[in-house]
Amino acid sequence: MKHPVRRLKRGGVSYVKWGYIFIIPFFAAYLFFTLVPQLMTIYNSLFENYRDGLNQVGPNFVGLKNYKTLFSPDNSGSIGFLKYFGNTMILWILGAVPQILVALLLAVFFTSYRLRIKAQPFFKTVIYLPNLIMASAFSMLFFTLFSNVGPINQLIVQMGWADVKIDFFASTITVRGLIALMNFLMWFGNTTILLMAGIMGIDQSLFESATIDGAGPLQVFFKVTLPLLMPILIYVVITALIGGLQMFDVPQILTNGIGMPDRTSTTMVMYLNNYLSTSKNFGMAGAVSVVLFLVSAGLSVFVYGTLTKRSRED
Amino acid sequence: MIQRKNAAGRIHLLVARVVVYTILIFLSALCLFSFYLLIVNASRSNAQLQAGFSLLPQGNFFTNLKNAWNDASINIPRGVLNSFLVAGLTAVLTTYFSALTAYGIHAYTFRGKKAVFTCIMAVMMIPPQVSAVGFVQLMTKLGMTNSFLPLILPGIAAPVVFFYMKQYLESVLPMEIVEAARCDGSSEFSTFNRIVLPIMKPALAVQLIFSFVASWNNYFIPALLLDKAEMKTVPIMIAQLRSADYSKFDMGKVYMFILLAILPVLIVYIFLSRSIIKGVTAGSVKG
Repeated sequence: MKHPVRRLKRGGVSYVKWGYIFIIPFFAAYLFFTLVPQLMTIYNSLFENYRDGLNQVGPNFVGLKNYKTLFSPDNSGSIGFLKYFGNTMILWILGAVPQILVALLLAVFFTSYRLRIKAQPFFKTVIYLPNLIMASAFSMLFFTLFSNVGPINQLIVQMGWADVKIDFFASTITVRGLIALMNFLMWFGNTTILLMAGIMGIDQSLFESATIDGAGPLQVFFKVTLPLLMPILIYVVITALIGGLQMFDVPQILTNGIGMPDRTSTTMVMYLNNYLSTSKNFGMAGAVSVVLFLVSAGLSVFVYGTLTKRSRED
Repeated sequence: MIQRKNAAGRIHLLVARVVVYTILIFLSALCLFSFYLLIVNASRSNAQLQAGFSLLPQGNFFTNLKNAWNDASINIPRGVLNSFLVAGLTAVLTTYFSALTAYGIHAYTFRGKKAVFTCIMAVMMIPPQVSAVGFVQLMTKLGMTNSFLPLILPGIAAPVVFFYMKQYLESVLPMEIVEAARCDGSSEFSTFNRIVLPIMKPALAVQLIFSFVASWNNYFIPALLLDKAEMKTVPIMIAQLRSADYSKFDMGKVYMFILLAILPVLIVYIFLSRSIIKGVTAGSVKG
């Protein structure tokens, strides 16, 4: 340990400043494009500032009034923010539960020494594909496929599965179902690959000794694989949840921004987007953002905890 | 007795395999079905599409391509060009500066280094949407709406890519190489460019692809900043297609638009799927 320090002194060259120089661009960009806008967003949430027809109202300081509006019932009697938070969570759970269960199952299949699945690169390539596809184009595709005049309805009628066409965009269940299906398709391959890496990181001899001791595949899974996979599983669930809170492209394009029927598929970010792009209500948009920020920040603390715990164990 | 047990075990394994392959084939079909229909329908004329469902392609692919490419209201060639410009430059900036930042923190010891690292890790998961209000206001004040700069420059600060690069450097870069370069009189900056970057090539390639794809697909922020027709990127045009009066459209053309939107990523993926899939795990769950 002493040696490099002595040499540095004798050489008289200090490289310390280069460390700072190399990280300056990152921090300058972060400061200007994220931190300052973040602070402006918080500041905005305390002001009344919107367009009413052709008139600009504000900005006037109103304290926490926007937050109050956010959590008080609207004309229809429902509390806007809670409704959209609820929608987002329902849509997320509908997609994420099958996503994680199927991914867990596939990860076990792919890593099973007993099953020795062939053509693994092919299957992995196919199930990961939807993750890279433009979400807005994927939603537009689903909209055209499932529309009243689209091929799925043609198929249903041609095959005689139903007498009349199904209006997929008229009922809450089918719209939410489609959104959940798309989110499932887009993310289960990604999750499978992450969980596979997790399982392959487990000491193989543990599986062997469990099998020698007479444990069946189910017992091995519940008593060995699952407990050891827990840290990665928690990481996967929480990052999926943070992603879920941001859900926007799929429901926005699928429902043309209106969250039909009756705003039952409007997510929090769609709600934010409505304030930002349609009504230019920067005050309310600010308040929605701050609440969204607090929820994500809370969850990030968990992720940070699991990540640092893992790197400390290394 | 043992023989009977073995035979039972073999049947058991066979049944398990049949079940597993059935599940895998079903899920693969589910993933590919919508894209297969997209390609089939992009090859059918509007009349053929109205006539009924088909699993077989028909001969109108190039007519649809020509119609979509020359459409007056949705200028898809311009959109593709804009998207390529934005996604390409973003990918280069993100990859280069993430590597530079990671190297700055990995290779040097300076005061506050730990705090800096903790800081980046802490903001890693904060979604970009929550600062959108201030971002749109700031860019409007600076007259940067309908400019690509506010879409490209923020790529310099990409915490997730930084984290990936940092992990990669820890596993591949022995400091002896850097020391040797110093002895040979190489400046710190050229050591990074000429020695460290080439060593990081695999990581750079993976992150170039991922940041290109992310930027290519990005919809939320660009839609808030770009409203001039000649500045629109592909996802904005797709949204425009969705909000247009649907019944009057030539559906063959609509399918072709969607196909054109996803085609560049599809082509990249077909050639590089192996290294892309490897890249999924390398960053996040290495420990």
